[in-house]
Amino acid sequence: MEITTEQYSIKYDAETAAIHCQGILRLNGKEYEPIAHLLNQVAALEPPRITLNLRELKANNSSGITMLGKFVFVVAKKKTIQLLIQGTQKIAWQKKSVMNFQRLMPKLQLEWE
Amino acid sequence: MIQVFGEFKKESVKSREFLMLGFSPGSAPLQQRWRNNGLSADFLADYLTTFFPTDDYEPGTREAKLKGAVSYIANELLENAMKFNYDTCDYQITLKFKLYSDHLVLRVTNHIQKKIMSRFQRFIHELLNSEPRELYIRQIKRSKEDESISGLGLLTMINDYDAKLGWQFETVEPNPEVIVVTTMAQLPI
Repeated sequence: MEITTEQYSIKYDAETAAIHCQGILRLNGKEYEPIAHLLNQVAALEPPRITLNLRELKANNSSGITMLGKFVFVVAKKKTIQLLIQGTQKIAWQKKSVMNFQRLMPKLQLEWE
Repeated sequence: MIQVFGEFKKESVKSREFLMLGFSPGSAPLQQRWRNNGLSADFLADYLTTFFPTDDYEPGTREAKLKGAVSYIANELLENAMKFNYDTCDYQITLKFKLYSDHLVLRVTNHIQKKIMSRFQRFIHELLNSEPRELYIRQIKRSKEDESISGLGLLTMINDYDAKLGWQFETVEPNPEVIVVTTMAQLPI
């Protein structure tokens, strides 16, 4: 599963159950629907562990952060999936937003570089 | 009629520097203009760095944090203004940046219709009477992708960037009612 545009790419690697996000996500509301759909498809597969790698995602807006937050919440409700988010401290929005996700999923694992 | 909410202050003339950007919403469809929000916000954040001359833009420094905050907040303010603007009128949307000795201010001004004002003010009332972190979690859990006023942009400005927010609404046309709204975000530096 993959969505690639000039601005960003979202790729799901089934072998490693990892979602790689790259580029700039500053989309307008409904433009997030295909990405949200991809994320929901991954959650529906219910792999025992999902890695969400945000390290190459340079910019995001609140709609994009909300979409990621909703994905975390969907995964948390399933109770069968371990979720690891990989982020970087070099990009300001990542630490700030991802720390909030722990309130949606207290068992969320974080890995910073 | 003028209504003020939150920490809204009139513009002080004592700023060290300022920069104002103007946008004509009627010039092209919203989707075509959308990318301009991020470009303008990043430009403003880069412009700010000229007043903090340093070679050290490593993550974690005050300068890097400010740059990230201005880029995020200016983009959110512009996106909201573009999304809710009353595009059939010819008024411009403006984004003004002012730098003071110990803080900076971003102000976005746009025009809205009365029904948008009512929804916006209901959300502001909820925001000012809630614990912002609790409200943020509630909004994520209940928001739908197409929901227009979830306020998550405003909530992230407060929670993640310690911004102080204020709003002013002023009716400028009686029939149909058109309101000019200014959203102000203050950040310590």
